[in-house]
Amino acid sequence: MAASSLSLSPNPTTFTTSPKPSFSPSYHTTRFIKFPNTSQTPTHLIVNPLTTHSPRASLSSIIPRAAATPSSSTTSTAQTSFHGLCYVVGDNIDTDQIIPAEYLTLVPSNPAEYEKLGSYALIGLPSSYTTRFVEPNENKSKYSIVIGGYNFGCGSSREHAPVALGAAGVSAVVAESYARIFFRNSVATGEVYPLESEGRICEECKTGDTITIELAESRLINHTTGKEYKLKPIGDAGPVIEAGGIFAYARNTGMIPTK
Amino acid sequence: MNSMASSTIAPNPASFISNKKDLGFTAFSTSSQFSIPKCNRRISKKICSVMAPQQSERRPSTTGSVKTAMTMTEKILARASEKSQLIPGENTWVNIDILMTHDVCGPGSIGIFKKEFGQDAKVWDREKIVIIPDHYIFTSDERANRNVDILRDFCMEQNIKYFYDIKDLSDFKANPDYKGVCHIALAQEGHCRPGEVLLGTDSHTCTAGAFGQFATGIGNTDAGFVLGAGKLLLKVPPTLRFVMDGEMPNYLLAKDLILQIIGEISVSGATYKSMEFVGTTVESLTMEERMTLCNMVVEAGGKNGVIPADSTTFKYLEDKTSVAYEPVYSDEQARFLCEYRFDVSKLEPLVAKPHSPDNRALARECKDVKIDRVYIGSCTGGKTEDFMAAAKVFLASGKKVKVPTFLVPATQKVWMDVYSLPVPGSGGKTCSQIFEEAGCDTPASPSCGACLGGPKDTYARMNEPTASKPS
Repeated sequence: MAASSLSLSPNPTTFTTSPKPSFSPSYHTTRFIKFPNTSQTPTHLIVNPLTTHSPRASLSSIIPRAAATPSSSTTSTAQTSFHGLCYVVGDNIDTDQIIPAEYLTLVPSNPAEYEKLGSYALIGLPSSYTTRFVEPNENKSKYSIVIGGYNFGCGSSREHAPVALGAAGVSAVVAESYARIFFRNSVATGEVYPLESEGRICEECKTGDTITIELAESRLINHTTGKEYKLKPIGDAGPVIEAGGIFAYARNTGMIPTK
Repeated sequence: MNSMASSTIAPNPASFISNKKDLGFTAFSTSSQFSIPKCNRRISKKICSVMAPQQSERRPSTTGSVKTAMTMTEKILARASEKSQLIPGENTWVNIDILMTHDVCGPGSIGIFKKEFGQDAKVWDREKIVIIPDHYIFTSDERANRNVDILRDFCMEQNIKYFYDIKDLSDFKANPDYKGVCHIALAQEGHCRPGEVLLGTDSHTCTAGAFGQFATGIGNTDAGFVLGAGKLLLKVPPTLRFVMDGEMPNYLLAKDLILQIIGEISVSGATYKSMEFVGTTVESLTMEERMTLCNMVVEAGGKNGVIPADSTTFKYLEDKTSVAYEPVYSDEQARFLCEYRFDVSKLEPLVAKPHSPDNRALARECKDVKIDRVYIGSCTGGKTEDFMAAAKVFLASGKKVKVPTFLVPATQKVWMDVYSLPVPGSGGKTCSQIFEEAGCDTPASPSCGACLGGPKDTYARMNEPTASKPS
């Protein structure tokens, strides 16, 4: 299972180099939710770049969620982009659909259980979603971008929701609007980037479309349809994300002592 | 945001007006007591404390002449962040009075606390953390049992003052410390106090707003931060005000009021916002009913719900806490994003149909809908008064239930009430006797039960889909 996050990932993005679940204290660098695009020209289905890294090397450069160290090592927002296949859902996707309550005995801060949470991501969607988000017996999804309508992530305050998406390999969610606890949990954990669209992109994109998100330009490109969309700037969450999450932000500003 | 908030009571969304128009010609007509937001700055009835609450030390920044009028929520957050004023949209570091966590999110929060603050770190204040196992308790699921063990180990290690433990799963009554559903237990154990800030790793933490405090749900990472730092960066929400006046008919419960509101504003109508409930009806509600009202604020997307503390609040707290508290109230000139008015005397019992809390219908419109099973319990509907109300219905009908009916008292205290308090008009029968005569399942051990699913062996959980008609 671990192999899927280290090499031969089915996920056609350049970001699968990030096995985010790592919780070992030996991983020091901070990248938080930044996923630098190692490809200069993110076109379709980029060939897996992981062959150039040894698994250990890539692990050591990656960061556990809620990164602790100051932001000095974070990649600048300007370089951040996301690329991959999208999975499209509708309005009011609640946390019971993202991760049903029966799986909440899994503790996200436990690496093995983190992986397991990923395998159940979006398993609560009704059967009308004929294309499933995670294939049976897989831990990861082949979709790295989730596109939704309004009020994404409503319902329970379970942090397992953004964690399950992140564990499944999702780097960004693009929705018309978010329920506040889901948005907050996404920022605090750094599991997924919660981006807001200007309009109802969920009605114009189809599951399986190839998407690029240019964060600095607040732009989403659907390569399959050739259309481009404007996203809303990340706003108040920006400084916290840039610092590397709530812990790093607090350390930078002297709220809590530096480790 | 600011400009919206400063225009006092901006008549809100066009959608609301069109809603009303639609409703007028649909089945909801009689329930649409919802008038267009009025630019009426007066509170329906003057709210003041009848009983002088215990006073805590006043910090200079929180006293003096009011230069900028604030809502209750703004005032609570201003005081907790040691600022003289705050405006909606501002981000501020807020000192936390109580942090609550339970068996589902506690282990993860503890994991993050240890990772970030160190294996030997101490929590910020062992008396301000309340840990309540309640979600997955009466189960043989090993991971669920392990999670309660993690809580226990942490509470021992940190000498946490308020830990409502359970060890003997075979009989909850053998565990005097065990309470049950966290939101009800928080209130019954005196952890909810006017003017304070309470955070919990559960979306229904907003229930505590019934006590005139700021209460909202957070995730594991935020909770891990609070465990070590005792504060959290919070955004000040603008406030929607709901004025409910009129005598509440005896066939209504607070659940009808909040379903009416959610039906109007939708499941995202209060997202990022505070919902303040005032009016003569709200003043007449008991604390349990006020808790029902605030409990479902999150079903409208709200950040917190709040009800001004009054004599009912102070009386409830009398024998529950010795901690000094200081209530705050919205200023006359406070800026509300929008104001909604209801004449409660004209409302009817409501239901939320599948699959959304805003899918509102009149109960009588659903009288021909076949139901497969009934569940009474958990944080919204498992309080003593909820069971009393159910018992009165059985008493009035004199009939037996036709479908499996599950009862899950929220806490050990509620369970005792169900088995001991006489139901008015029953000739001295208790709720449990009435339920038994009606053919209900025996009231179960207090916990969150099947309300949110849980492990396969959770009481009243349905593991196989059942279709009531061929599709």
